[in-house]
Amino acid sequence: MILSALLRADEIEPTLSVCGVALVAHPAGALYDPASGALVVADLHLEKGSSFARRGQMLPPYDTATTLGRLARLVDVYRPRAVIALGDSFHDRGGPARLTEADRSALAALQRGRDWIWISGNHDPEPPAGCGGEASAEATLGSLTLRHEPSKGARQGEVAGHLHPVAKIAVRGRGLRRRCFATDGARIVLPAFGAYAGGLNVRDAAFGGLFAPGALTAWMLGETGVYAIAGGALRPD
Amino acid sequence: MGPPVKPEDDGEVRAGALNSSAHAYLNSVLSPGSPSVAALPDRFADWFAGRGWTPRPHQLALLAHARDKRDALLIAPTGAGKTLAGFLPSLIELAEAQETGEGLHTIYVSPLKALAVDVARNLTAPVEEMGLPIRIEGRTGDTPAGRRKRQKQRPPDMLLTTPEQLALLIGDPGAGRLFETVRRVVVDELHALAPTKRGDQLALALARIRALAPELVTVGLSATVRAPAELRRWLVDPRRGAPLAELVEITGGAAPDISVHETDERLPWSGHGGRHAMAEIYEAIRRHKTTLIFANTRAQAELTFQELWRINEDTLPIALHHGSLDVGQRRKVEAAMAEGRLKAIVATSTLDLGIDWGDVDLVVHMGSPKGASRLLQRTGRANHRLDEPSKAIIVPANRFEVLECEAARDAALDGEQDAEATKPGGLDVLAQHVLGVACGTPFDEDALFEEVTSTAPYEGLDRETFGDVVQFVATGGYVLKSYDRFAKIRRNADGLWRVSNPAIAQAWRMNVGTIIEASTLKVKMGRVRRTAAGAVNPAGYGGRVIGEIEEYFVETMTPGDTFMFGGEILKYEALIENEIYVSRSASEEPKVPTYVGGRMPLTTGVAARVRAILDDPSQWSRLPTQTREWLGFQQERSVIPDRARLLVETFPKAGKYFLVAYPFEGRLAHQTLGMLLTRRLERAHARPLGFVASDHALAIWGLSDMSAMVAGGLLSLDALFDEDMLGDDLEAWLAESSLMKRTFRNCAIIAGLIERNVIGAKRKTGRQVTMSTDLIYDVLRRHEPDHVLLRAAYADAARGLIDLWRVADFLKRVRDHIEHRPLDRVSPLAVPILLEVGREPVYGAAQDALLREAAETLVEEAMGPLPGTKGGGPPGFRSSR
Repeated sequence: MILSALLRADEIEPTLSVCGVALVAHPAGALYDPASGALVVADLHLEKGSSFARRGQMLPPYDTATTLGRLARLVDVYRPRAVIALGDSFHDRGGPARLTEADRSALAALQRGRDWIWISGNHDPEPPAGCGGEASAEATLGSLTLRHEPSKGARQGEVAGHLHPVAKIAVRGRGLRRRCFATDGARIVLPAFGAYAGGLNVRDAAFGGLFAPGALTAWMLGETGVYAIAGGALRPD
Repeated sequence: MGPPVKPEDDGEVRAGALNSSAHAYLNSVLSPGSPSVAALPDRFADWFAGRGWTPRPHQLALLAHARDKRDALLIAPTGAGKTLAGFLPSLIELAEAQETGEGLHTIYVSPLKALAVDVARNLTAPVEEMGLPIRIEGRTGDTPAGRRKRQKQRPPDMLLTTPEQLALLIGDPGAGRLFETVRRVVVDELHALAPTKRGDQLALALARIRALAPELVTVGLSATVRAPAELRRWLVDPRRGAPLAELVEITGGAAPDISVHETDERLPWSGHGGRHAMAEIYEAIRRHKTTLIFANTRAQAELTFQELWRINEDTLPIALHHGSLDVGQRRKVEAAMAEGRLKAIVATSTLDLGIDWGDVDLVVHMGSPKGASRLLQRTGRANHRLDEPSKAIIVPANRFEVLECEAARDAALDGEQDAEATKPGGLDVLAQHVLGVACGTPFDEDALFEEVTSTAPYEGLDRETFGDVVQFVATGGYVLKSYDRFAKIRRNADGLWRVSNPAIAQAWRMNVGTIIEASTLKVKMGRVRRTAAGAVNPAGYGGRVIGEIEEYFVETMTPGDTFMFGGEILKYEALIENEIYVSRSASEEPKVPTYVGGRMPLTTGVAARVRAILDDPSQWSRLPTQTREWLGFQQERSVIPDRARLLVETFPKAGKYFLVAYPFEGRLAHQTLGMLLTRRLERAHARPLGFVASDHALAIWGLSDMSAMVAGGLLSLDALFDEDMLGDDLEAWLAESSLMKRTFRNCAIIAGLIERNVIGAKRKTGRQVTMSTDLIYDVLRRHEPDHVLLRAAYADAARGLIDLWRVADFLKRVRDHIEHRPLDRVSPLAVPILLEVGREPVYGAAQDALLREAAETLVEEAMGPLPGTKGGGPPGFRSSR
């Protein structure tokens, strides 16, 4: 047993480079672009709990509050000029209508004084009604293109979500599985940010062909830091 | 002298073939004035007489209780013929009835499908021979849908089934009609069922059947237990009269012949292989007719099997049986055993219960049995002749285990039984039941509360908690009432709760049950092909599936690693979807030595006896020389832990400082204690680095000299072991404990928060479920720490994986009774525990340290330092091992 006493108190927020643009990776699973002042998050899946409740699985109805709370802490840290949600911001089309009043005002408070862009995803193809911000299929950030679903084949400068990447490694005979940023330096796939969003191993076939052979690095999210693991060390589930 | 008495599982004695000692036995239990054959109706008396058989006293006693409509518990050692005794009253009643086919009369519930099938076979013979017009049918998960439907429309007279199937019938809209005719429920292996969640489920089902069938009488069949009163309470509804079921007990029989294996070989310091004893075990197998070899873990079973075959020069038919092997293969082994074709079986607890094999004449126990009841029940699997002793040999695997084996043997010979973990019924099981009841018939909340609290597991349940469970079933029971419009059950104007729609009932039916399997992967023989792009595909169609293996074990392996499974050394090729591909390996030694499975902690009773042997050097003479010498060294260099006090040793070793305590409370309690003590040592600036726990001891190591800290008044051991650690420290640890998350997941599935099986959906893999329940746990804990499901999980963990009750009792006992020995080097008694260092799992925030290490070492090895990472690892991290 190795104890937490050994962890250094300072957080590690590495800067990583996508198509030459320097982006800060936060252990909560968000990217910050210091040049434009934009904070990028993917796959919030707001109201996933109530979506399951409709079908009889009464998951705790606090996922939206948790996700927005996490986002609020990031907004406090970076004071971003813009927040860009990379699609699947709501778990289903009825999600915006099921927001509680408290969550709706929390969201409005986050949006105050900054740009807010809802990029559409497969779970939320239409702009979320009554939730502020502007909706868009894609966005650009300097030389970067932001969209929900990663395009097939190699893409320079694409920032996407959708796949919920997680990486698995074995250290000292133990498996560790964590959400991660997946990048080959040319493009990046963000981890899902939502409190109830599951994950898909980056070695899964769904990631096939996205990254230049041998160039994948998984930036795994720890409690206090983001850790770069070379693709060769990553394990399938 | 005739052939020896050999009662079969159906319980008859060949009276004409009794030898003298059997006569003596029967005379001793047949007191003057005992009921006799005359108590039986003619048809049965003739049948018994026609075969030269005599009904046994316990059979007649049960019959008398049945006639008086009294619930009864029959306690008998394995193989004493419980089953026919349980059925005889029903057979007679049905035979005497004017007409049969009047509906379901008797339900027999067994924990094992196989047992239900076997009993059906054993019952058919007497029924046919006496020409009784009785229809007997089995109902298990394997029964075809058509027959199940027919059983509901035209029920048999007797139904042989499992707790899960009974729960399903309770939730059927036809439940009222089906159960109203039931007169008797027979519960087999009650001692095994009652302390489990399946037992909770069954108790609730029985209460429901009682409500529907006013004439119901219960019969419990059990092995010998420590507290029969608990099982007697379990069988009754105290509202209907007697607070306890009648007790019928078969005692006597020859005392078992249990010996502890002695060896001239060197006894290892630690480990659980028992390799040193294989040649002698092999000899014993040769000398006996059939030998049953029990191991505590699958790893140990695998190793034993492999070692025996390595020296099996006569190619004796020796087989392997454990829960990970393919079901088909297990059935083949069982069939071969039943036909007497095997010389020995190496098994785990999978063979603890089940069909009796008459020919077993030796039981070998690899390693410490950990508890007296388990040892007695396993020993009882040998030789079902009441007048001859069952014979068992315990094989200690290491020096310390000798003590445990001696203690377990003493306890078993004294007839001591392990304390049953009586516990309040699970709230998760109750939630599943409440929804099931609603699926069957609309219910009144107060009436159902009365019904539920009539059962033993739920008698202490308060009305408010029950209300919370009902609310949980309806809408999740959250403070934030946002799910009212999605409610699964609703209270209508008539005040009755009903299920909201048929889809809810259908989903419930697909998820009934309280057994949550660890998520497993199929093990398949087959080669794989790697493409240039790095993808891995099966080469060809792949071979046969040889079994299943826990996912967490696979996680520790890298392709190319070898491990032992199914008696072979296999090479791990790849994981493709939910199957791991393996090939046979030529290597002699597996690279990945063990995998845990079914490790039981030491029971309090055996632990107390180990302490007593240690504390009394006059008893040491019976220990092997090597163990005696070792204890002698301990006496010289430190002190032998006595019964009243807790020995704590502190000493330096290899640049670090160790604290070793000897609580003898079992591995789970020690793990919990280790977690809490390291937190406190951290606050005391002892800079702890890690700990390891065994069944006897606990070792913590760190960077500060704890001997000096105690001497200088900087560290108080009394304060360190204070009971207040069960407050905030416990709370903080539970928040991140993976044990707690695993427990929560099981509760969430049983309670129906998460569905294992979804209608029309492809079966989810266990991995996805694990992921989402961890996320749910984190969210729920933060927002509603008192939620009913967290209470359920906490109760389970406290009794189970974290063994909190034992920790609490222990802390109370040792308060102000700590004996501290500062030493200049490791003590002899500490050696076994220090040899365990490095084999323990890692939790919570410590995973970050592993992530960082991986990031640094792996990345640097592979591609040199990456831009963007700031700083290196913490100083001393790598030297922490």
